[in-house]
Amino acid sequence: MIAETGLIALWLAAALALLQFALGAIGLRMGRDDYYAAIRPVAVAQGLFVSLSFLLLIWLFLRSDMSVKLVVMNSASVKPLLYKFAGTWGNHEGSMLLWVTVMGLAGAFIALFERSLRTSTLVATLAAQAFISLGFYAFLLVSSNPFERMFPVPADGQGLNPLLQDPGLAFHPPTLYFGYVGLSVAFSFAVGAMITRDVGAAFAKAMRPWVLGAWIFLTLGITAGSYWAYYELGWGGWWFWDPVENASLMPWLAATALLHSVTVLATRDSLRAWTLMLAVVAFSMSMIGTFLVRSGILTSVHAFAVDPERGSFILALLALYIGGAMALFALRVGTVKEGKRFELVSREGALVANNLLLSVILALVFIGTLYPLLVEAVTGDKLSVGPPYFNLATGPLALLLVAVMAAGPLLRWRRDNAKALLNRISIPILLTAATLFVLVLFTTGMSILALLGLALAVGVAIASFAPLWKRNLRRTPLHIYGMVFAHFGIAVALVGMACESSFTEEKLVAAKPGDEIVVNNWRLQFEAIEPMAGPNWTALESRMTAQYGDGVIHEITPQNRMFAAAQTQTSEAALLTRWNGQLYVVLGEGDSEGRWQIRVWWKPFVTLIWFGGILVALGGFLAMIGRLQRGYKQRKQREYAEMML
Amino acid sequence: MKRVLVFLLVCLAAPAAAQTGLPPAPYADRQLDDPQQEAAARDLMEELRCLKCQSQSIADSNAPMAGDMRSQVRERIAAGETPEEVRSWLIERYGNWVSYDPPISSAVTWPLWIAPIILLLAALWLARGRFRKYRGEQ
Amino acid sequence: MNRWLLWLPLALFGLLFATFATGLILPKDNIIESKMVGKPMPDFALPAAIEQRPGLSSADLAKGKPTLLNIFASWCLPCIAEAPQLLALQQAGVEINAIASRDTPEDIANFLNRWGNPYARIGTDTTSKVQLELGSSGVPETFVIDGNGIIVHQHIGDIRQEDVDMLLKLLEDAE
Repeated sequence: MIAETGLIALWLAAALALLQFALGAIGLRMGRDDYYAAIRPVAVAQGLFVSLSFLLLIWLFLRSDMSVKLVVMNSASVKPLLYKFAGTWGNHEGSMLLWVTVMGLAGAFIALFERSLRTSTLVATLAAQAFISLGFYAFLLVSSNPFERMFPVPADGQGLNPLLQDPGLAFHPPTLYFGYVGLSVAFSFAVGAMITRDVGAAFAKAMRPWVLGAWIFLTLGITAGSYWAYYELGWGGWWFWDPVENASLMPWLAATALLHSVTVLATRDSLRAWTLMLAVVAFSMSMIGTFLVRSGILTSVHAFAVDPERGSFILALLALYIGGAMALFALRVGTVKEGKRFELVSREGALVANNLLLSVILALVFIGTLYPLLVEAVTGDKLSVGPPYFNLATGPLALLLVAVMAAGPLLRWRRDNAKALLNRISIPILLTAATLFVLVLFTTGMSILALLGLALAVGVAIASFAPLWKRNLRRTPLHIYGMVFAHFGIAVALVGMACESSFTEEKLVAAKPGDEIVVNNWRLQFEAIEPMAGPNWTALESRMTAQYGDGVIHEITPQNRMFAAAQTQTSEAALLTRWNGQLYVVLGEGDSEGRWQIRVWWKPFVTLIWFGGILVALGGFLAMIGRLQRGYKQRKQREYAEMML
Repeated sequence: MKRVLVFLLVCLAAPAAAQTGLPPAPYADRQLDDPQQEAAARDLMEELRCLKCQSQSIADSNAPMAGDMRSQVRERIAAGETPEEVRSWLIERYGNWVSYDPPISSAVTWPLWIAPIILLLAALWLARGRFRKYRGEQ
Repeated sequence: MNRWLLWLPLALFGLLFATFATGLILPKDNIIESKMVGKPMPDFALPAAIEQRPGLSSADLAKGKPTLLNIFASWCLPCIAEAPQLLALQQAGVEINAIASRDTPEDIANFLNRWGNPYARIGTDTTSKVQLELGSSGVPETFVIDGNGIIVHQHIGDIRQEDVDMLLKLLEDAE
C-alpha cells in the first residue's frame, strides 16, 4: 500500500502544480488579486505532497520492499542501512523524484517567506516554477514511475553499484540536485521578472539567496565529487576533464558569474539584461548537464545507466524551458533598460571582467565538451578533446580571472583610479614576483601555467584579506567575511593544483612481501597480502607500513575488492595524509612469481585543492547568513518605519 | 553532474572471463630508468586515449591493451623518439581519436583553437560598448 | 543593444538542440576504425604461435595473391562464433593468415583443435605490438590484403554468415 500511496501523492502534487501554473497564468492575464492570494497555499500544498511521495519512496527502500521494481533493481536486503537510504536517489527514477521534491519545497518556501518582491512578479515566478515542475512530473508519471510494482516478487534485489557504496558518494548527487534546483529557482525568478518587466534591485535581492545557495551546493558537490574520483578510482587524478565532470563544472561556472552579476544588480541596479541572460544560462547548464549524463550521447568514464528515450524526454523539456526563456528574453529585454553606467576602473568594471572571463571559460568548456559530438554529426570523424586542450585554452584565462579576483574587492563602486589600486595591491604583487623568482631559481620541470599559478596564488592569498585592512573587524558585515573566505579558498585550491601537477612523485613497482619501496621521504614496507571478507564483498588486502622520515610508523591496507552481487572489482587505495601532502598507495594485479604490482604516489599539498573548495563553500555560507540577517533587519526597520507613519 | 550513479567501468571492472591470461607487456607498469624519459612518457600516456575504454587515458586504464600501449610508448621514448613522434605514429593508425590533444593543423579541429581568441574578442566588444557610452554621456 | 543580438542566444540554442537531436538519432558506436586501410602493410615478423604452422611476417602478405589476415585469441568468445565462417572461407580457397593476440601456445592449440584451424600461418603477438602497428583495437578483426600487401578493408568484430560473400567479393576485387 505504501507504493500506491506514494504514487497517489505524486499525482496529487502534479495536479497542484498544474493548478499553481493555471492560477498564476490566468491571474496575471486578468490581473485578479484573488488568484494571486490563492497561489501561495497551492504552492505550499504541492511541496507537501511531493515530499510525502519522496518520503514514502525512502521508506520502501529502508524496508527493502522487494515488490517494488525500483528497489529490486537498486537495492539488496544485505546492505548497510546508509546505502539503502542513499539507494533511493542512486538511480534515475529516484533522483528525478528527489529533484522535483526539492523544487516543490523551494516553491513552498518562496510562497511562505518571500515578501519584498512585487506581488505580480512573485506570482509569475511561482507560475514559472510550477511550469518547470510539471515537466518533471510528466517525466516521472509517464515514463519513469518510481513506484512500479514487480511480479513475481524476487527473493532479493540486485544491489547498488559497489562504486557508489561510499559515504561521501551517498550524498554527492543530492548536493548537486540542491544546486540545480537553486538555479531553477533563479531561472523562475528571471522568467517572472521578464514577464512583468520588473527587473531591478528588489528582484536581484530576492534572487540572490537562491543563487548563493545553489552555488554553495554546487561548490560542495564538485569538491566532494572530485575527491571521490581521486580516492575511489585509484588513478591518483582529481580532475580528468571527462564529459560528465565538465557537465558538473559548467553550471558552477555560470552560477559563479551570476552570483557576481546579481550583486552588481542588487547594489548598483546595473547589468540587468546580462543578469537575466546568466540566470537562464545557469539553469540551461544544469539541464544540459543532466541531458548529457542521462542520454549517453557522450562517452564518459562515469557512465550512467543511460537511456536514449529518457534523453529525448529531457531534450524536449530543455527545448521547452530554455528555448522559451530565450525567446522571452529576445522579446522582452529590448524594453528593459540596462541600468546605470560606470567606468572601466571600478568595482563594476572588475565584476564585468569577472563575468566575461567566466563566460568565456564556460563557453570553452562547453565547446570542448560538445565539439566531438558536433564533428561526428557533421563529418562522421571521431576525435577526442581532453586535458591538453582544456588546460591550455582555459588555464591562462583562469589565472587572469584570479588576478582580477584579487583586485576587484579593492576597487570603489562607479569610479576609481588605477594608480590608487596599484598602491593598495602593491604587497601582493611584490609577493607574487618574489615567489616567481624563487620558483624559477629553485625548481625544475614546472609548466609555465603551474609556475604562474603558484606565484599568483601566493599573492592572491594575501590580497584576499585586504578588504579587511583597516576595518573594524567586529563591525564588518558577515558577507564581507564570506567574500574574503571564498576568495582565499580559491587561492588555496590553486596552490594545491599547482603543487599536485608539478611536484607529484610516482613509483610503480612489482614487489614481494618483505620488499621496501622508497618514494620521496617515505619508506614503505610491504608486509603481507591476505584475503578478507566484508559485508557484501571479498578482498585481497595488502598490509604495509609507511614512515615519513623518522616519523611515526603507520599501517596501511590497500585492497582489491570484489563485490559479489554486481560482479565488479574495485581498487581501494590507501591514503596517508600529512600536513604537507598525501601518500597514495594502490594495490594492482599479482603475477605468477608472487610479486604484486604496487603504485605509490607522493602528492605534496594535494589536499589543499579540496580544502580550498570547502573554504569557498564556507565563504558562501557566511555570505548567505550575512545577507539573510541583513535582509531581515532591513525588513523589520521598514515595517517599523511604516508603523510610525 | 552526478558524475556518479551507475558506474560501469569497462576497464576497471571487466568480467574476468574475456581477458587474456598473459602478463602485461614489459614496460606496461615498469618505469623507465631515466627520470626525464619517464616523465615525458608519463605526460604522453596521460594524453593518449585507451582504445577499449569509455573515456580514459592509457595511463589510468587497467585494460591489457592499454598496458601494451604504455609499453610501446615507453619503449619508443627510451629508443630516442620524441613524444610528438610517438603521438603521430599512433594518430597515423587510429586517427585523431587516440589523442586527447586535438591538432591545430587539422581541418576539423582548428576551430577549437581559435575559439578562445574569438570568444575573448566578442566579450571585449560586448563590454566596450558599455564603458564607451558612459564616457559619452558625461 | 541591437535587436538582432537579443535573438542570438535563441539561435545558438537552436544549433545546440539540432546537435543534440542528431546525437540522439545517430546510432552510437564505439568502433575505432584503422587508418591503415589503403596503405601498405607495416613491416613486422612474428614467431610461430604453434608448432604445426609457420610464423608470419609482412613479406608473407605480399605474394601476388589477395589474402585475409585474421586477429584472434583463444580467450575471445566472438572468435569462436566466427570460426565456422573462417573455415568456409578457407574451403572457398582463400588464404587466411592469423595473428594470435596475447595468447599462449597451449591455449591456441586447444582452441584450434576444438574449433578448427583455417590458417596457413599463425604469428603470435604477445604484447599487441603488431596489432598497434595495424591500427587494430581488439579481437576479432579481419583485414583484407591485396597481392601487393596493401590493406584494402578492415572488418571489425566477428565474421557473420552474411559477411562471407562480402569478404569473397572484396578478395576478388583485390585481384
